[in-house]
Amino acid sequence: MSPTSAELLRDIKSRITEVDPSDVREQLGNGAVVVDVRETEEFAQGHLPGARHVPRGYLESRIEGVTSDRDAHLILYCASGNRSAYAARTLVEDLGYSNVESMTGGITLWKDRGYDVEVPRTLTAEQRERYSRHLLLPEVGAEGQQKLLDAKVLLLGAGGLGSPTALYLAAAGVGTLGIVDNDAVDLSNLQRQVIHTTDRVGVPKVDSAEVSINAFNPDVNVVKYPIRLDSSNIMEILEYGWDIVVDGLDNFPTRYLLNDATVRLQIPVVSASILGFDGQLAVFAPYEGPCYRCLYPEPPPAELAPSCGANGVLGVLPGTMGLLQATEVVKLILGEGEPLVGRLLLYEALGATFTELKVRRDPECPICSRDPSSITDEEMGVFPDYEAFCAAAG
Amino acid sequence: MATVKIPPVLRPSTGGEKEVAAEGANVGDVLRALAAQHPQTESQLFSADGQLNRYVNVYLNDEDVRVLGGLDTGVGEGDTLVILPAMAGG
Repeated sequence: MSPTSAELLRDIKSRITEVDPSDVREQLGNGAVVVDVRETEEFAQGHLPGARHVPRGYLESRIEGVTSDRDAHLILYCASGNRSAYAARTLVEDLGYSNVESMTGGITLWKDRGYDVEVPRTLTAEQRERYSRHLLLPEVGAEGQQKLLDAKVLLLGAGGLGSPTALYLAAAGVGTLGIVDNDAVDLSNLQRQVIHTTDRVGVPKVDSAEVSINAFNPDVNVVKYPIRLDSSNIMEILEYGWDIVVDGLDNFPTRYLLNDATVRLQIPVVSASILGFDGQLAVFAPYEGPCYRCLYPEPPPAELAPSCGANGVLGVLPGTMGLLQATEVVKLILGEGEPLVGRLLLYEALGATFTELKVRRDPECPICSRDPSSITDEEMGVFPDYEAFCAAAG
Repeated sequence: MATVKIPPVLRPSTGGEKEVAAEGANVGDVLRALAAQHPQTESQLFSADGQLNRYVNVYLNDEDVRVLGGLDTGVGEGDTLVILPAMAGG
């Protein structure tokens, strides 16, 4: 004879391990992973501090996004301790997790005991729709999307690299995008700078970029700097509180200046450069990996540094490289994956080849081998006399 | 015979070649063999004292020769040397 639901629940509870809220409270922060198996609306009204959310209906498909370690200590809870009991049985008997407990009495008993409840900031209905494909990814989810919305990313240049990067970061919901660029949109930009449009030729690039970004995603706050980055303004701009800087600069002196300032302030830089059919990409995370000066202790001489004047570039190449930059930015914000730290990725479009090179920290690096607070204003951006040969190179 | 990958800025000096095969037992020998084939590359690679210019990065396969043995680093058959220039286009 089939069991009644009450009999089934009793049977299930006899087969799993239950834990009292007072014990769970002591376990918080001790390596136990607390999982809330209630529905999204219930979770949004408040949950145990630090709890991860996997609705019971998605348990089997999403639990590995929380942990795939079968020996991990998992504590499940729901409203009253029944759904979490069923969920615990599933994890143990169907998926082979060995150390799973269900919290007696659920969050109701937890609250009755007067323990802390964390009320999450929630996405609006419009945001849940807009970012739904992110929310479906365990690596992003509502928590990751909130990190993206909270992130502040500074883009140096709204040109070839900055255009696609800005558009995709805006689409991804990065909440604050700063843009430094003192140029106006030129017709010759439109072969690759996809954030600008024909009817905005002559408009300052920061204004043109803002129009496109906000048309794409009104969630994004655009901070505009219609100036040329130099030693007199870089510290003021960087001290806004940027989490990440995206380097799409078109000249060497400013790249060295940026490196020195970001090492001093310990801000990671996602750096790319392009020429012709070739692109380079790296993440410079101060004190975690090498800096730009570890990779390039000295800039090349003018004849080998064709960045000063106008040079040819395949229009789609900055799209490729800019989107690789945007990908690294999103990974850094989410804290997911393996960032391109200590590695340099080369892309050669004609041969369709990627090459990865190792980049080591230089123990004698004039900048990042030292304590950041010891880097003085005078030392930042120290560079051979470039103005002269850029002028010579035309 | 090692393969030397030539970056875009040096290709005018190698007649447009993207890869050049060159003989040599170590990095210095291979690069000097490259310079013998394409003399214009010599001053771009080497300083007057015969050392690598500091602005030239050379990788044996995926490792910077500066952290290996520099120009004395041994090169085997089938190894690839990558000459890497800094680029600043954006």
